[in-house]
Amino acid sequence: MALTQEEILADLAEIVEEVAGVDKEEVQLDKSFTGDLDVDSLTMVEVVVAAEEKFGVKIPDDAVKDLSTVGDAVGYIQKNQA
Amino acid sequence: MAVIKEKQGAAHTRIMGVGGYVPSRVVTNDEVITWIDSSDEWIRTRSGIAERRWGTPEETVLEMSVQSAGKALAAAGISGDQLGAIIVSTVSHFHQTPALACLVADRLGTNGAAYDISAGCAGFCYGVAQASDMVKAGSAEYVLVIGVERLSDLTDIHDRGTAFLFGDGAGAVVIGPSDTPGIGPVVWGAEGDKYDTITQTFPWNDKPEAEDGSDEVRGPFLRMEGQAVFRWASYQMAEVSLKALAEAGITASDLDAFIPHQANNRITDRLVKVLGLPEEVPVARTIAEYGNNSAATIPLAMERMLADGTAPSGGLALLIGFGAGLVYAAQVVALP
Repeated sequence: MALTQEEILADLAEIVEEVAGVDKEEVQLDKSFTGDLDVDSLTMVEVVVAAEEKFGVKIPDDAVKDLSTVGDAVGYIQKNQA
Repeated sequence: MAVIKEKQGAAHTRIMGVGGYVPSRVVTNDEVITWIDSSDEWIRTRSGIAERRWGTPEETVLEMSVQSAGKALAAAGISGDQLGAIIVSTVSHFHQTPALACLVADRLGTNGAAYDISAGCAGFCYGVAQASDMVKAGSAEYVLVIGVERLSDLTDIHDRGTAFLFGDGAGAVVIGPSDTPGIGPVVWGAEGDKYDTITQTFPWNDKPEAEDGSDEVRGPFLRMEGQAVFRWASYQMAEVSLKALAEAGITASDLDAFIPHQANNRITDRLVKVLGLPEEVPVARTIAEYGNNSAATIPLAMERMLADGTAPSGGLALLIGFGAGLVYAAQVVALP
């Protein structure tokens, strides 16, 4: 069954906390990865690869460039989840 | 009908000696941030680089090659005229032809076979694989492999993504026959679908017109899609590393050193993690002082780790090179 937006956000927040060391409470839909959460471009790749594994989605390099906020990432995963 | 007679070479091969040359000019992060909007802290956390070496006009790819080769030959205990072949890996010898290797051969006093290869940052490991096979096939008894670059000549000092990365330098090894296996099977390949992720800004024969019609267009320079290359190097190269260990019949805990191409410390960190490398196994981190000098990083790191006692002579090291192409090659070797 497809995950809800809230479920994806909760799981993604855990990934961001583990990979980037950002408090998961900070990981909210309106936050930008680079500006607000200080996730640099290489750490973003690590977040993306962990998310691919967790959610079973493919997030190609071209798509990564468009994921500037947490909401963008949650939306992408929700739309593309199996 | 007559049958062609075949030749048999050595049953086993090894790296007999290693030598390196780093150019004299130290380029600090403080100098780099006069060219790009960045900071020492930003560069260090993104790449692990504190400084890099750039060659003076006299420190040409030929001079650096000859210097590193001289040290490798001395360490191996053989003379230049004993070399049956010389393989030079470089992307910064700015003559399409003839090969830099021929000039190196002449300076070292050999008429052995000499040629260049273009395999970017995987070039050294490509060369080691070829050289080992040549010695085993009887095509040459001793082969010199050199990785040499002057990437400073291909660096756009105003490109925030690459200006801080690249350096110059040379590293060489002599490969020859051995009583025991000293060079494991190579795991290598090319992923040409990623051709555009590391490239030069324009071909040598097609320099674009300047847009404003006045200033000459500078370059060509190296360009890189950082995120795509980082993902490929950090994750897929971990699998290649594991395959190279398996092909050599050893595990990560058998290693005495891990010498990955020095592209970025964060890639190295990821590889170490996936390999499950025991903490006591020393890992090459020469990028901090040398930057990324492409085909030269692995032999330079090898020389340094042997010289400072971090890695033991005779110990087993996993080498992996990866870069423009995209291409990769990995093998386990016994350290000279």
